[in-house]
Amino acid sequence: MDAVYMKNIYKYFGDFCALDDVSLKVQKGTIHALLGENGAGKSTLMNILYGFYNSDGGEIFVNEEKVNIKNPSSAINLGIGMVHQHFMLVETLTVLQNIILGSEVTNRLGILNMKKARKEIMEISEKYGLAIDPDALISNISVGMQQRVEILKTLYRGADILILDEPTAVLTPQEISELINIMQNLIKDDKTIIIITHKLKEIKESSDFCTVIRRGKYIDTVEVKDVSEQGLASMMVGRDVNLHIDRGECDPKGIVFEVKGLTVADYRGLDKVKDFNIKVRSGEIVGIAGIEGNGQKELVEAIMCLAHTKAGNVLINGKEIQNTNPKNVLESGVSVIHEDRHKRGLILDYSVELNTVTQKFKKKPFSKKGILNFEEINNYAKKLIGQFDVRPDDCEKTPIRALSGGNQQKLIIARQVSEDFEIIIAVQPTRGLDVGAIEFVHKELVRQRNAGKAVLLISLELEEIMDLSDSIGVIYDGKIVNFFENDGKVSEQEIGLMMAGGGKNE
Amino acid sequence: MSNKIQKLLRKTWVSILLSVVIGFGVGAIALAIAGHNPFRAYSYLFQGIFSQPRHVAWTIINATPIILTALSVVFAYKTGLFNIGADGQFMMGAVAAVFLGHYLHLPPIIHPIVVILGAMLVAGIYGGIVGLLKAKFGINEVITSIMLNWVALYFNNYYITLPGVRKPNTDASWEIQQTAYIRVMNNVKFADDGVERLRAGNWFFSDVVLRTDLNYGILIAIAACVLVWFILNKTTLGYSLKAVGFNKDAAEFAGINVKKNIITSMFIAGAIAGIAGAVFIMGQAPHRVTTLAFSEQYGFHGLSVALIGAVHPIGIIFAGLFFGGIRYGSGSMQARMGVPNEIISIVIGSIVFFISIASLFRIIADRIEKKKGGK
Ligand SMILES: Nc1ncnc2c1ncn2[C@@H]1O[C@H](COP(=O)(O)OP(=O)(O)OP(=O)(O)O)[C@@H](O)[C@H]1O
Ligand SMILES: [Mg+2]
Repeated sequence: MDAVYMKNIYKYFGDFCALDDVSLKVQKGTIHALLGENGAGKSTLMNILYGFYNSDGGEIFVNEEKVNIKNPSSAINLGIGMVHQHFMLVETLTVLQNIILGSEVTNRLGILNMKKARKEIMEISEKYGLAIDPDALISNISVGMQQRVEILKTLYRGADILILDEPTAVLTPQEISELINIMQNLIKDDKTIIIITHKLKEIKESSDFCTVIRRGKYIDTVEVKDVSEQGLASMMVGRDVNLHIDRGECDPKGIVFEVKGLTVADYRGLDKVKDFNIKVRSGEIVGIAGIEGNGQKELVEAIMCLAHTKAGNVLINGKEIQNTNPKNVLESGVSVIHEDRHKRGLILDYSVELNTVTQKFKKKPFSKKGILNFEEINNYAKKLIGQFDVRPDDCEKTPIRALSGGNQQKLIIARQVSEDFEIIIAVQPTRGLDVGAIEFVHKELVRQRNAGKAVLLISLELEEIMDLSDSIGVIYDGKIVNFFENDGKVSEQEIGLMMAGGGKNE
Repeated sequence: MSNKIQKLLRKTWVSILLSVVIGFGVGAIALAIAGHNPFRAYSYLFQGIFSQPRHVAWTIINATPIILTALSVVFAYKTGLFNIGADGQFMMGAVAAVFLGHYLHLPPIIHPIVVILGAMLVAGIYGGIVGLLKAKFGINEVITSIMLNWVALYFNNYYITLPGVRKPNTDASWEIQQTAYIRVMNNVKFADDGVERLRAGNWFFSDVVLRTDLNYGILIAIAACVLVWFILNKTTLGYSLKAVGFNKDAAEFAGINVKKNIITSMFIAGAIAGIAGAVFIMGQAPHRVTTLAFSEQYGFHGLSVALIGAVHPIGIIFAGLFFGGIRYGSGSMQARMGVPNEIISIVIGSIVFFISIASLFRIIADRIEKKKGGK
């Protein structure tokens, strides 16, 4: 039986055709992957199924019955749940409050029954191993935990058909395999899952079927066990893709960036970065591997002077920058690709072009004597869009909110590598990018290295770290517990072990 | 067809226009319930605005300070702040204007300029305090503004009690010097034979100049609106202020000083409200401040006008004229029919109400779309 059948769906945004006659058939009790480049229309298709958008043509069948999904609440009534690519959480509420928001359990007098809700949620949380801190504020928890909260929220509403839009983009490898387990348990319960992910390995590991769309058009649906990762990649991009970059030899020069004995506390006053040390030379890529929540977030905030350091120094070419201010850090030659593009990376209400100059609108030629020069800004934006293949290619004037997640990310990368910098700190730079775009970003980071820039890569993706880094530091509990040259002598398994805290053999 | 309606309903100006129509509708119902003929009442209302040139002039005169307080609200709003304190900033500006207007002795033209700059500075600092408290201590600007509005009211009253400030046998201060007036043809009006000369002139002189407080304030207000539009949309200052308003985390990360921007924004918003106070004092009688039990609501009228004007620096010019017009015209409705002019407050209240829920029209548009279903 088909749990979902979306037939000949069309969707226009103005004149732009985001979905052009796309069909999707999902068998009940299966995991069905949706694959496509950034901006292909995956999120749009799922938003139509979830009632977020109305289609401009086509029909939808749920459990073989024709339905009219007017809005998310009618989707929820049909047993459809969705975890969005960008979280929909209220920052000022707690984890628990966010989960029950909109489906509060009340007694007869309409008074919230928090105890009952808490019990139920903690049960689900334990059952699926989705560890959360129910009383933490959303604004204080990591992106990874926010993702877990989103997943829990859907499960709490008892969805039968689960749409997961890039749920694993922020999870650690361990968490991903846990999630895959959860998904498989759900399937056994005869639930249906549609998952969007750019990670081909995950598709191979988890999914039964895979539908590929490219630039708003349906390409094919295949049984996953019949195709290789390479095959999926080519099908999706329409050309052969290099899944692993050959970075070549590095030729490092002097030390550009140095962190010495850095200690940083989080909002509760607990030390999250403890006596942290790292050196990055010009012309090399240093990778920091580690499981989420081991101090990476606080490290970046401290480098940018958005958090106060308790001890230690951050040096650029020997000049101390810690505890100054972000402007000084940027002007000293630091460029950061932040992991949270919506919070720190973009001003969503500004157009694409205005977002390209967030760090240099005060400089010539983008402004003169305090007056913005829109022509220069527009030209600059066009240049970045062209160079980095941001789609659609005429998007300078559209609000950046309307771009697909991957294209937003491409724009941030374009902007940050085009700054004038000595060191670029790339935090999860390829989060949410398709394999074609990842290839592009990796090449770009290597190009920066070869041009004599220092690159510090902080990523939860071990594969990415191993592909790109000339040396690797493993961060655990706020410290670098191992540091070694990435010459192939240390295996992925060994690094994985160090990341889990099993490598304190300095 | 329904497609067109949908598109229209999504437009801001359409929803505002609809709100205005509905507002008048609600007012008509209230009039009918009170036993008045709504059509007659409204026809007196519009006669009261348009029948004589001097009525139009009074509309403009009344609208001027409100356009400026609305501009203050708009400016803050565009940078992510809610300036409910325009009322207090207006009063501080007015007190500063009376002080400088009375005690300084300067030639014409220079005197008004000095008064405006002084009022801007005082009211700007007054607004800046709110920004400072928000930036440094995270105190919500609405709370501090409301409290400071009261402080401004009592400061106004206190100022009048100071030695030499109060005009004997009144509960008001002395008037400002005539050199600080910004009324049209002020010299002629106060010349010995001025009244006769004006009366002999054409309608503009005999009706408008002689019988109203027509002043250059409206030009100042329009210039300020254009300038604010320019600052918000074309300058680096506007870019960073709006960036902070939209997403302060991202702005901070891009090296923009968030705290400084919040203070700057509130300073400018305050300074604009200060211009309103100065223009009010210099432009129209009685050219002085009076002991007040309650504020004269210029700041709050500014909030309504900002909403009616789609929170747009140019939109509020028209909204302010509309607002000033129907409030002034309601006087003739009252005079000729005995209709309490509170009716106009009902009309304005409903307009603002419907604009505030203007998303309603967008929802209706969505409904139409859904009824239509897939193509
Ligand atoms: N609200 C909108 N207004 C205008 N254009 C939009 C809107 N939403 C999406 N688009 C456009 O539609 C296309 C498809 O976007 P969508 O978000 O579905 O892509 P996606 O396949 O999910 O990509 P990604 O992998 O990057 O998330 C993009 O080109 C995007 O710019
Ligand atoms: Mg997407």
